[in-house]
Amino acid sequence: MPAIEAHHLYKVFGRKGREGVRRLEAGADTDELKKAGLTPAVIDASFTVEEGEIFVVMGLSGSGKSTLIRMINGLHPPTAGHVELYGENITAATGKDLRRLRRERISMVFQHFALFPHRSVIDNAAYGLETQGVAKEERRRRAHEALELCGLTGWDEHLPSELSGGMQQRVGLARALAADTDILLMDEAFSALDPLIRRDMQDQLIELQQKLGKTILFITHDLNEAMRIGDRIAMMRNGRIVQVGTAEEILTDPANDYVAQFVADVDRTRVLTASSVMEPPAAVLGAEQGPRAAHKLMREHQLPAMFVTGRDRTLKGYVTEDEVGRHLDQKDITGLMKPVPDFARVTPDTSLADLFGPAAETPAIAVVDDAGRLNGVIPRITLLAALAAANESEVTTSSETETVLTPDIDEMKEAVRD
Amino acid sequence: MIEGTTPLTIVPPLPVGELFETGFDWFKDTFDAAFDAIGDFINSVIDGFAELLQAPEPLVLAIVFALLAWLVRDWKLAVGSLVGMVVIIGMDMWDPAMETLALVVVATLFALVIGIPLGIWAARSPAVSRILKPVMDFMQTMPGFVWLVPVVILFGIGVAGAMVATVIFALPPAVRLTELGIRQVDSEVVEAGHAFGAGSRQILKDIQLPLALPTLMAGVNQVIMLALSMAVIAGLVGGGGLGNEVVSAISTLDLALGFDAGISVVILAIFLDRLTASIGSRRPGHGRLRELRDRFTRTPADRTPARVS
Ligand SMILES: Nc1ncnc2c1ncn2[C@@H]1O[C@H](COP(=O)(O)OP(=O)(O)O)[C@@H](O)[C@H]1O
Ligand SMILES: [Mg+2]
Repeated sequence: MPAIEAHHLYKVFGRKGREGVRRLEAGADTDELKKAGLTPAVIDASFTVEEGEIFVVMGLSGSGKSTLIRMINGLHPPTAGHVELYGENITAATGKDLRRLRRERISMVFQHFALFPHRSVIDNAAYGLETQGVAKEERRRRAHEALELCGLTGWDEHLPSELSGGMQQRVGLARALAADTDILLMDEAFSALDPLIRRDMQDQLIELQQKLGKTILFITHDLNEAMRIGDRIAMMRNGRIVQVGTAEEILTDPANDYVAQFVADVDRTRVLTASSVMEPPAAVLGAEQGPRAAHKLMREHQLPAMFVTGRDRTLKGYVTEDEVGRHLDQKDITGLMKPVPDFARVTPDTSLADLFGPAAETPAIAVVDDAGRLNGVIPRITLLAALAAANESEVTTSSETETVLTPDIDEMKEAVRD
Repeated sequence: MIEGTTPLTIVPPLPVGELFETGFDWFKDTFDAAFDAIGDFINSVIDGFAELLQAPEPLVLAIVFALLAWLVRDWKLAVGSLVGMVVIIGMDMWDPAMETLALVVVATLFALVIGIPLGIWAARSPAVSRILKPVMDFMQTMPGFVWLVPVVILFGIGVAGAMVATVIFALPPAVRLTELGIRQVDSEVVEAGHAFGAGSRQILKDIQLPLALPTLMAGVNQVIMLALSMAVIAGLVGGGGLGNEVVSAISTLDLALGFDAGISVVILAIFLDRLTASIGSRRPGHGRLRELRDRFTRTPADRTPARVS
């Protein structure tokens, strides 16, 4: 059963929100509604988050991300549509049921921390357990653990105002983690952290997710972050979800110009993997082939060396043109074959960044799956081309944490205002 | 109106006051017994409290007040308070001052018990807020003396009537500043409470009220100040205390007595103002009272200083 299901969510701020939804359904656009004094913050958003998945919602500021996430735990009642958590309709829940769902199922990290300024750091972190009715000793112990996990050892008895912004954000994270719910909602949860700690927290989050199997709905305006941690990413623009897919799907096949422009900004080397740049192993030698045929093939393709596979496409080794040329009288090439060194074998999901090292040592890298089959090859030249493409987009990137290429001036202004 | 000059009567006479009186008379006749009972209750509470304040040796109580000032603020206020109290004793105004203090304290408590829940209610319901706002405006802008009239009719001359008038006069800031304080609490912090599944009562108790406390205490301070000024005016209807002294000073044109009573009021006012103002402005987690309490209640494990890294 999916952890989160959002069904046609709408949120239109203003006095006649439902009227606004009707008009949107009839095809009216955002500007028309704005003229009528309505703010359509989220428009017809539907998506499913599977249990144990990190699902990222990505968009510029003002695109409706915070509003969307607030509808997931019912802080904002949707103007239309509904949300199910593990099949239970939270939108229809009221009073006791709603509070139970929030205690047991879902906790939240807030964009602006939303810590309780009058409570100590540990009492902040213990808040979720407090509402769950956990005894004091127990909840302090668990809150302390969560704080440690977030790198806040020794700050238990301080007030939030005594901490830096980044540390406060981690208190917010600890508060959500300590509550130990199935689902974590994280609204730009790392935005106040400086880049190094931020990367660290991203890694920790992925680790945590793998260890505890939490379902995470993560919001960010930073595509690099989205690509780094998201199993799947929903691209949001002006209240609408314009594309949902894995990082690679979005990079290689952007649904529209908007996504494409966003994507141009990404550090491709971190996101692209060996499988997305490799070439099909067309010119590959079978182990049973004779040296003459092999030699001819290599000269045709102007290759100094070639990989050799067995009938089941498992990688057996490689031969060089020199070696084959000198032993044209052999029965087959098995005797001339050398094993492929480990550094020249990579798995399909090795990131581009990790390919540069091997590429310096070998003219071609073999991409081999778990069963030992050769999936493809990456000649050095291909890698350089991919790197060039990545660098080209890097030129437009001023810093990793900022989105730079914005589709239009208005959104740019909104981004600045945030 | 001067005989013979008939003004243009385009505007028909509006017997607003008379209408009010008619309604009021009905009200009084219907609930007379209830008001008697309430009056008796109030009388006994205030008299009891005043007697309590007058029972110990004045100087001893003055020292207790000074200690209280030290606890909630600092030694400067303590010394100032002690000097002020000694001056009151020296002017032979101690007994009426304590009567006034009793009236002020009890009236303040009543005003808070009524006003704070109303303020909370108004903060949660825009409709209630819309209704209460003009009512509070009306209560606050109506000159204090006017409240004396209906109150005397209902409760007769005496302390009970004086206290009710004082409560009415002092109520608005309790309502207003409670509402304001709660509305001022960062809405995201309240959302955080909801997000973790707290009920609205829990949110009120654990989040909204503690964070509204400074504003709320400013309200308490204003209530006390208004109560003190009204308590003196209420001397006109037999409120007793310093108000009585002022009234008799006016009727006998006794300048000395008037000054003695007036200075006593000023000293009480400063004392109460500083005392309550400092409670509201203090940051949570600090303060002598908390320090003392912590010293006696904390377990040794809690006291290990947090490591600052
Ligand atoms: N409570 C609200 N009342 C009216 N408009 C709002 C409210 N909250 C958000 N909005 C509007 O909805 C739009 C989306 O806001 P938000 O969800 O905060 O975007 P994001 O989190 O992506 O920056 C913005 O135009 C914002 O001004
Ligand atoms: Mg936001």
